[in-house]
Order: sequence, then C-alpha cells, then structure tokens
Amino acid sequence: MTVINEVFTWLTDPAQWSGPDGIPVRTLQHLYYSLLATAIAAAIALPIGVFIGHTGRGALVAVNLTNLGRAIPSLGIIILMFTLVGFGIVPVLVALIALAVPPIVTNSYIGIRSVDRDVREAAEGMGMRGRQVLWQVELPVAMPLIMAGIRTSAVQVVATATLAAFVGLGGLGRYLIDGLSQRDLAQVVGGAILVAVLSLLTELVLGRVQALVVSPGVAGRAADAAVRAKVEKAA
Amino acid sequence: MRRIRLGGAATAVAACLALLLAACGGGNDALEGGSQQNGGSTVTVGSTNFSEQLILAQMYAAVLEKAGVKVDTRLNLGAREVVFPALEKGDIDLLPEYNGSVLSFLDPKATQTTSEEVNTALAPLLDAKGLVALDESPAEDKDGWAVTKETADKYGLAKISDLKGKASQLVVGGPPELKTRPAGLPGLKSVYGIEDFKEFKALDAGGPLTTSALNKGDIDVGRVFTTQGAIAANNWVLLEEDKPLEPAQNIVPIGRKDAMTDQVKQALNAISAKITTEELTKLNKLVDVDKEDPEKVANDWLTQQGLL
Repeated sequence: MTVINEVFTWLTDPAQWSGPDGIPVRTLQHLYYSLLATAIAAAIALPIGVFIGHTGRGALVAVNLTNLGRAIPSLGIIILMFTLVGFGIVPVLVALIALAVPPIVTNSYIGIRSVDRDVREAAEGMGMRGRQVLWQVELPVAMPLIMAGIRTSAVQVVATATLAAFVGLGGLGRYLIDGLSQRDLAQVVGGAILVAVLSLLTELVLGRVQALVVSPGVAGRAADAAVRAKVEKAA
Repeated sequence: MRRIRLGGAATAVAACLALLLAACGGGNDALEGGSQQNGGSTVTVGSTNFSEQLILAQMYAAVLEKAGVKVDTRLNLGAREVVFPALEKGDIDLLPEYNGSVLSFLDPKATQTTSEEVNTALAPLLDAKGLVALDESPAEDKDGWAVTKETADKYGLAKISDLKGKASQLVVGGPPELKTRPAGLPGLKSVYGIEDFKEFKALDAGGPLTTSALNKGDIDVGRVFTTQGAIAANNWVLLEEDKPLEPAQNIVPIGRKDAMTDQVKQALNAISAKITTEELTKLNKLVDVDKEDPEKVANDWLTQQGLL
C-alpha cells in the first residue's frame, strides 16, 4: 500500500515537525481553539445546568434551547459568522461553543436531578440549607455525570476544530483542507490521524481529571479500600 | 467536511478513509459506471462546486435530455482535484471544464498560454486517459486577482505587475491550492517577479469567504474568476494580466470517449458555440448576486437561445 507508506513518510519527515506550518505549531493552535471553546462553553453551560437541576425550573426550555446548538451544522455557523464578523477566531469559537454547550447542560442537569431523594432529605434533615445541599451534596454526587458531559463536549470540539482551517485559520485541519485541494493524500490522511490521536488523548487526560475531581466516596474507591483493608486484616 | 462535524474522532477518520477510497480505489463504483456506458444509456454529468459550473452542467444535462440521451447529474462534487479523478474512473462521464486548467492539472509543467497551444498540448494527454475534449466555447473564465477600489487607489494598482514591490505589505487570499499551483502564487513570483506577500490566507476560490474577506479588509488581494458577478457587484478592480501567466481558459466539455456518441457531441457542440464570456458573466450574476436557481438560469438561457 503506497498510500500508507506515503502517510508514514509524511508523518516522520523532520520538515513536518518544525516551522509555522509544522505539526507542533498546528497541534498547539488546535488545542488553543479547543481549550478556549470548551472552557467558555463550560462557563456558560455549567451554571445553567446546575441551576435547572437544583431548582427544577426551566428544564424543558433550557435543554431544548441549548440543543439547538447541536442541530445547526458547525460548518454553517462558521461560514455565517465569517461573513458577519470577518476573519478571525470568533466564527470558529461560536460554532464550537454551540456544539459544546448542550452535552454539558444536559449532563449537569440530569446529574443534579438524579441525586437520590433520600440523600437530599438527609442533608436537609441535618439542617443544611439550599446552597449547602447544592455544594456539599448534590454537586459531588453529580460530578461523574457532569464530567462525562465535559468529556463528550471536549472530544467533539477537538474533532470539529478541524473546520477552523476552512476559514483560513490554522490547527490540524489545515492538513485536511490543504491536502485535499493540493491532491496530497498523504497530508490528508496524516492530518486525520493526528486529529484522531488528539481526540483520544483528550478523552484520556479528561478521564484522569475526572478521577481527581470526583469524591472518593462517590467514585466507590473509598468503599473498595475499606473492603480491601478488612480482607487484609482477616488474612 | 460536514461528516466530520457529526462528532468524534472515529467519524473524522471514517470520513477521511472514505475520501481515500474515493480517490484511489478503482472498485465497485468504477465498474458500475463502466457497465452503464456499455449499455450506452445514461450519461452522468458532473461539476465542481461553484455557480458557473452548476449552470454549465445544467445546460449540458438539459440539451442532452432534449436530444434524447438519458442523463444523470452529480453536481457540486468539489475542486478539480476531486472531480477529475471521478471522470477518469467513470463515476461521471462528462464535465464542464476549462482547457488551460485541465492542461496544467494533467501536466503541471505546461507553459502554453494561447487557446491553440493549450488545445494541441491537451488532446494527447486526454486521449491517454480515455477522455476527449469536445468543441471549445469562445467563453473564457480565467483566474484573476481583484482588489477593492480603495486598495487600488491607495497602492496604485491596475495591472498585476503593479503588485511588484508592494506585495510584502499586502495580504492575499484564495483557495488553499494557490500556494502550490503553477499559475498561483509560484507563478506570480516566477513570471512577474513579485516578492512574497505579507501573508496568504487559505479561503475559497472567489466564493463567499474571499468575497467577505476582501470587502472587510481581512485580505487586500483576492483570487477571483474573471466572469464572476461579484466583481461588478462589489465595485472591485480586476488587475489586468499584463504578462502571459494564466493559460487560456475556454470552456470546454470534457467527457469519456466511450460515452461521447455523435448524438452527445452534436448536442454539446451546438451550445458551446453560443456561450460567450459576456453571456456567462450575466448568468453568473443571476445565480451569485441575485440568488436564482442555477437550473432555472440554465434552462431560461437555453430557451432564449432557441436551444431548448
């Protein structure tokens, strides 16, 4: 398979790994668009999701409104915004944020909503007020689902940030768009592989972050440890 | 690219593998195309992805249908880099093309610029691929460079050679392949001796991105087509080509030899003779600026010309 050889040659060519068109710079640009978009999306979506989850108000409206973002094609948003605001990162950010907000809103809403009634009542029975219940009980218990939403969004954003190249920006999408128009298949496939690897790495890294931020009690690790300790003692 | 949006790295990879297969696999599609031609029944008209191509392809389809040929259309397929291999493979049988662009596509080192030279050089290259060019039309759609009226006044730009000595202050925008195509930025350097531009922004070929970037000042010099309705509509200055760089770009139907029966040739040659640059520019404006449907524009024009 000559294509595979060409892709390999392309990926391992030292010239590909330096300079403003090089893979390191393109990867950093790609991460920059993705991180910025995911961070802004989380800043918008988390308060909304947590609020409607905690109060139970406006869920239908909020979830459906944010889902609109997923319904509109990202490429469409990018081109529309490009013709409105012109060259720059804004069109891409708008499209990526629109894509990233819905999973975070939905997951944080469902995470908070699905906290066991008994747990919530126990907290209230102990004299906790609304805000304390939210911060000390609901949020920690909902954290695995909230993080799952952020992970879903981040992986989607990394894959979609490829479109930035369509409107003249950088990122790994450059290899796809340029390779396609220059009939350089190795560049297209090489670029696609890099995007795929970056998406998978994003998933892995965020998995680690999740392990850190989820309370051991919720994650079940504390219980496991306790059981193990008992077993060891018995033995 | 839309498939990539749908989510996940897997989709991106799948989309690219699909492209890979489409570009290099000679599999089932090609065979299907082949059997269709052997039956002599259906001619599949293809086109790349801008209005003029859609108009021309619709014209071809309409006159062929009128001549009693069974026609199928697969339009808006992408750049030549994607569409031409589809023609070679037999996924499509016929394509509106530009003689100079096809020549430089098939022979990147070609230097011919006049129509006759280009056609003479092109014929054997097409023949070797089982393709043939029918009669060329007098209409030409050359690639060109446009600037806004303000930029033209500020830098005193009227001809392409005026860019010399000023390019380093200017941002240029156009389709990504400009960076490597011989008649693109490399040609400006080798033929006109124009230095590197301040920056190259990869956008589209005279499409919405280049149009809005030029009007907003995000780029100073934009790649356009000389028949493009947007030039007049936006009051841009088309830089005059004062040295032979761009080869002739007569519009010509290129098809697979086995699908180009006499019936097909006659029908297409009849319309090629009638398409002029002026007429085509008008039709492009109807689609690009006035947002009319390419199929309707094509059919209306053919009716006016007494061809339908």
